Amino acid sequence: MTMLKLRTLLALGTSAFVLAACQGQDAGDTTDTIQDDTEDTTEDTGEETADNGEDTEDIDFRIAMITDEGGVDDRSFNQSAWEGMNEWADNLGLSDDHFAYYQSNDSSDFVPNLNQANADGYDIIYGIGFMLLDAVNDVADQNPDQNFGIVDDISDRDNVVSLTFRDHEAAFLAGVAAAQTTETGRVGFIGGIASPVIDRFETGFTEGVAYVDESIEVDVQYAESFSDAGVGQQIAAGMFASGADVVYHAAGAVGNGVFTEARNRLESDPDSEIWVIGVDRDQEEEGNWDGGNFTLTSTLKGVGSAIEMSANQTIEEGFPGGETIAYGLEEEGVDVTRGNMSDDAWAAVEEARQAILDGEIEVTEFSYSE
Amino acid sequence: MLTQNNNRLNNLMVPILSIILGFVFGALLMLLFGYNPITAYQAMLDGVFTSPYFFGEALRQATVLTFTGLGFAIAFKAGFFNIGIAGQLLVGWVSAIWVALAFPDLPRIVLVTLSLVVGIVAGAVWAGIAGALRAYFGTSEVIVTIMLNYTALHFTNYLIRNVLSTGNTTERVGENASLRIDWLTNLTAGSRLNVGFFIAIIVVALYWVFMTQTTAGFEVRAVGLNPHASSYAGMSAAKNIILSMVLSGALAGLGGAIHGLGTFGNIFTQSGLPNVGFNGIAVALLGLGNPIGIFFSSILFGVLDVGAGFLPNRAGVPDEMASIVIAAIIFFVGANYLIRLIMGKLKSNKQATEGGE
Repeated sequence: MTMLKLRTLLALGTSAFVLAACQGQDAGDTTDTIQDDTEDTTEDTGEETADNGEDTEDIDFRIAMITDEGGVDDRSFNQSAWEGMNEWADNLGLSDDHFAYYQSNDSSDFVPNLNQANADGYDIIYGIGFMLLDAVNDVADQNPDQNFGIVDDISDRDNVVSLTFRDHEAAFLAGVAAAQTTETGRVGFIGGIASPVIDRFETGFTEGVAYVDESIEVDVQYAESFSDAGVGQQIAAGMFASGADVVYHAAGAVGNGVFTEARNRLESDPDSEIWVIGVDRDQEEEGNWDGGNFTLTSTLKGVGSAIEMSANQTIEEGFPGGETIAYGLEEEGVDVTRGNMSDDAWAAVEEARQAILDGEIEVTEFSYSE
Repeated sequence: MLTQNNNRLNNLMVPILSIILGFVFGALLMLLFGYNPITAYQAMLDGVFTSPYFFGEALRQATVLTFTGLGFAIAFKAGFFNIGIAGQLLVGWVSAIWVALAFPDLPRIVLVTLSLVVGIVAGAVWAGIAGALRAYFGTSEVIVTIMLNYTALHFTNYLIRNVLSTGNTTERVGENASLRIDWLTNLTAGSRLNVGFFIAIIVVALYWVFMTQTTAGFEVRAVGLNPHASSYAGMSAAKNIILSMVLSGALAGLGGAIHGLGTFGNIFTQSGLPNVGFNGIAVALLGLGNPIGIFFSSILFGVLDVGAGFLPNRAGVPDEMASIVIAAIIFFVGANYLIRLIMGKLKSNKQATEGGE
């Protein structure tokens, strides 16, 4: 009862802002007649004012994302989700108020942010990152008529779509590139917080290295953080000092420290040959230094395009609730960049990619058995 | 007598003026960046106060801040800077969840009490390490508690991954260990406000009684005011150092246990130390170490925290603006000399004109 009151209250409260933003909303909710009344009035007014816009056909569909603790400008994971939402709206010719983000500064913000997005009436609310799984499940249980999405984890709720990535496939290719490039016979892997998601990267990378040459050593270390660049720099310093010449990081903003350390080393000794492999976005520009560029390649993770695809699928065919959609090399959900790889290394990577696509190589997903 | 009343009034004016100045400063900054401060503050206040859900969330946040604020304040009264509240909160949180998961079949009242007590003890022990090192070896408690924060963070993450579960989150604790009560949840339209709020009020009262009505509390305050004079008067410095740190950690641990059993119902690997730990320092400073002041400042911070979420989408203002307002408030509290000076000037002017008539 109070829940209904609250919704009505919020619907009333938000309607003022929605009016100001001159656009209609559709919460896809018919359980509450009073709420529907409020929405009808907003829609009416919304249409009147919306007509003076361009002649785009107005798709009445709005999506929102809840960031994890990294924030929307983390240059990596959350940012790529936000960029994907911008692109989605651009492609459909939608105005800015069809998509929004809610920033979480702390894990206790997840649930209030989800509830706020729910009250603001978005059609799909995406939780970005495995940290939000519990919160998404809770709020999804309380609001069975609202659609949610979770990135990088799997929810068993019927009103949640799970978007996962076969990151191990891209990491495998990064491993091939690293093994083809190393001259010292030693490469490094820096993970963020040990978790199934990062374990995919580690497993794929080590397997890719071993695929080329089993005698190459992989130094694996975890930063226990996705945000502390200082720790990243420290670990990278240790790895380079012990002879590793290619370091792959799957650690979000921690990776910024890895790039800093490599740059410092190259600037003090321009003859040394060291490389960093970037993650999630093309991190080529992070590897610029006076003598060139030391980003060997980057593994790409299409968080943004996954969101785009699932939103479009919902508009066209209905919401894929309860489903898990895994994006791999085949779906173009993950990939690696050409970067600064030598021709030989790139040829080997291309070959390995084809072998994965053809099913000749089956990359292991986790280092432990589930 | 008169001067004492005057002092009390002045003491109350400092935080109130600081809050007003903090909001004014935030407004100026928003104007400077082309945002509308009135829309922004309205979005925050409307968001929190017109919805039982978000008001409940603000009080929930205030509950935890009350504990971390009181925890910081008690060590501060004794002259120590316990910056390790966040770590103590974390060990309290993990141990309370551990107990709740280990004995799911105990009756509710027993299990809840046991979990909270274990949380308190864990926090107390964690802070006690820093207290004992300070008392017997003169080690700086600031450095030790900072280091213990990271120890707590990684230790907790290790426990979650290897002992309490195999992944990054533990199971939810059973109904019998939850601090949520139905009528409170229903009253606030499903928020996570829980019985911890009432525990916070009780602890505020106990804190006041301890500090003002007991010998131990008097000794803690005396050591803070002048450690040399107190030891000359026969008070044991070592005892009081350890006592104040242990109490400080106990409060933080209780806050952590309530955060765990009330807000989340489980624990998950943390990528950094919980913010509520550090915000407790700000709450204690704004509350000027007074338990009732701390209670009200934690409510203010709870409202600001939860209200911040409304800024980007309802007012088009970045939510970091709320953190700037909080920081500005703390700045003005810190610069209270300035406020006192201005108030003193105004008062003497007023007296002068009154005298002239």
